[in-house]
Amino acid sequence: MTPKYLLKRLGQAILTFLVTMTVSFLLYQAMPGGPTEAMRSVILSQSGGSVDIDRLNRMIQLYTNVNPDQPMHVQYFNYASDVILRQDLGTSFFKNEKVTTLIMQRIPWSMFISVYALALGYSLSIFLGVMTAYREKSRFDSTVSSLIIGLNSIPYYIVGVVLIYFLAIQNNYFPTGGRIGSGIAAGYNPEFMLSLVKHAALPAISMGALATSGALAMRGNAIRVLGEDYIRVAQLRGLRETRIATQYLGHNSILPMYTQFMIGIAGVFSSAVIVEEVFAYPGMGLLMFEAVKTQDYPLLMGTLIVFTAISLTAIFIADLTYTLIDPRISVGEE
Amino acid sequence: MSEAHSDSFDLKDLYDEDIDPDPESRADRAKRFLEMNVVAPARIAVDDWRALVGGAILAFFLLMGTVGVWLVERPTSGDAPVLAAPFESLAYPLGTDVFGQPIHAQLIHATPGMFKMIFAGAVVSVGFAALVGVVAGFEHGTRIDSFLMTITDVVITIPGLPLIIVITAIFQPENPYIVGVFLGIDNWPGLARTVRSQVLSIREESYVEASEIMGIPLSSILRRDILSQLMPYVMINGALTSRRIIFESVGLYFLGILPFTTFNWGVMMNLAYEGNALTRPDMLPWMVAPMVCIFLLSFGLVLLSQGLDSLFNVRLRARHAKTSKKKGTSKNNQSQATGGD
Repeated sequence: MTPKYLLKRLGQAILTFLVTMTVSFLLYQAMPGGPTEAMRSVILSQSGGSVDIDRLNRMIQLYTNVNPDQPMHVQYFNYASDVILRQDLGTSFFKNEKVTTLIMQRIPWSMFISVYALALGYSLSIFLGVMTAYREKSRFDSTVSSLIIGLNSIPYYIVGVVLIYFLAIQNNYFPTGGRIGSGIAAGYNPEFMLSLVKHAALPAISMGALATSGALAMRGNAIRVLGEDYIRVAQLRGLRETRIATQYLGHNSILPMYTQFMIGIAGVFSSAVIVEEVFAYPGMGLLMFEAVKTQDYPLLMGTLIVFTAISLTAIFIADLTYTLIDPRISVGEE
Repeated sequence: MSEAHSDSFDLKDLYDEDIDPDPESRADRAKRFLEMNVVAPARIAVDDWRALVGGAILAFFLLMGTVGVWLVERPTSGDAPVLAAPFESLAYPLGTDVFGQPIHAQLIHATPGMFKMIFAGAVVSVGFAALVGVVAGFEHGTRIDSFLMTITDVVITIPGLPLIIVITAIFQPENPYIVGVFLGIDNWPGLARTVRSQVLSIREESYVEASEIMGIPLSSILRRDILSQLMPYVMINGALTSRRIIFESVGLYFLGILPFTTFNWGVMMNLAYEGNALTRPDMLPWMVAPMVCIFLLSFGLVLLSQGLDSLFNVRLRARHAKTSKKKGTSKNNQSQATGGD
């Protein structure tokens, strides 16, 4: 592990976070007619009656941490210090609760399905990629490859809809939505656990479908690696097939895929917005969806910032493992 | 390009001129051009079923969006009986929705908007990616390169969908071109990185190095050596980017986040899904028909991108071109002599 590599990646993550925060601040300013005008009607519908402009601005400040009265740089400074120093993302217009509190309640649920979707999708695409390359041009290869191409042509949310139709409505294997069966007490009992898994299974599978897009690239890599001399040497040495497939072929063909996988993390996490709506799965994505529907801007910006923060953390963790997998990093090469 | 080769031997002219030892007639040249650029690709396309099927699907949807809109009237509520079953009447072959609008007409009238979105999104993201990638690749190691790549990495790691959702929620775009541009925002960085690494590896090819040593100006190297090599990547990725734009735009309409101003496959899915189409068999066609369209169009694009891969393969193309084979002079011949037909 080189501290320099990690420091560079950490710096990049922090930069990305700052950029997202700045974008969300700028989006407040860029609202059609300015923040005061754009949020007036939403706030008025909440408090009722009419308010004068000063009071409106104070309310906007209260909700969003942006005070349209002040000069721009002061606004930005206050907003940034609220977000970074106080972890304060403002207050929801409609739920009258801190945005951070609302989001914190939802994060575990989204992480639950996202992490399983990632694990499922990535291990499946690595496995299928290596297997199809190993049996290149066989019937297995052509069948699996066509299936993957077909799957990649279906948006993940349609995969979700199809899953609901066949597995939850036509047959009652899985629930159609929600995150836990009604009337089941939370705790470490098998009933609760089973219900938890059953509710998360279909959303995780449909998000995982998004993550299998790497399988074909993985196959191409593996085919290229198969042509390398060291594979032939390994075969001539009489090593076991499984060892060649995993340690020689698998390991070396994953390397060029690694960055692509890391980039994919952000994509899979953000797919939660659509998938959670389809499955009515109350995670962060559904929260964001509700915020759009009710024009709850503080909540909307908050979810964007937290989505970014989570993706950055996940990508940084993946970076830590990269140094374990690629020996070149530890000698300081890029 | 230049007429007078005096005694001063100009390397740049030599390079630009593509000199043949025995000059061919104009007709020969035209014929060869046609063979290499039209007939041979067409022959490969016929050989490669993926390009053929992909192109056919795309052509079908293009016809649907141009001629189809002329032929089929814009659907309005009450055109036909409510929730008619599909395959029963010629007036509404795919059935009707809860407002009595024929489903096939809605599908057809959604296509132009779809193509506008795809076009705007693909042009913005692919164009931007190519620009950033080429510039960064050429300025490799300089401050410009690291600046551009930092921006690229930042945009890559910001979750694209939430960002787009926030932007569309605030600006409520109605024009399909603008929707496409918004969707292009998060689709360029991956391609920009690919283009950059392509430029880097092409730069290390011996012929590019030779051109640099010969003192050929940068613009000529870019034009002759690099852009021609990059085009295939850009085209292939253009098809894949289009697929992502379809996924995202239909997804946003399906969620109901983009304003419903026009017919769209995602809007149909949204209305059907909200109306519990999944549990009502009579409403199912309304939901399934747009899903099939989305699948077909993206399937066509994926196939096309894979077919293009072999279409742009120079060696394959040379093997399928007849004229270049007969002529002993052109340099394409060397490579294909071993290939044979």
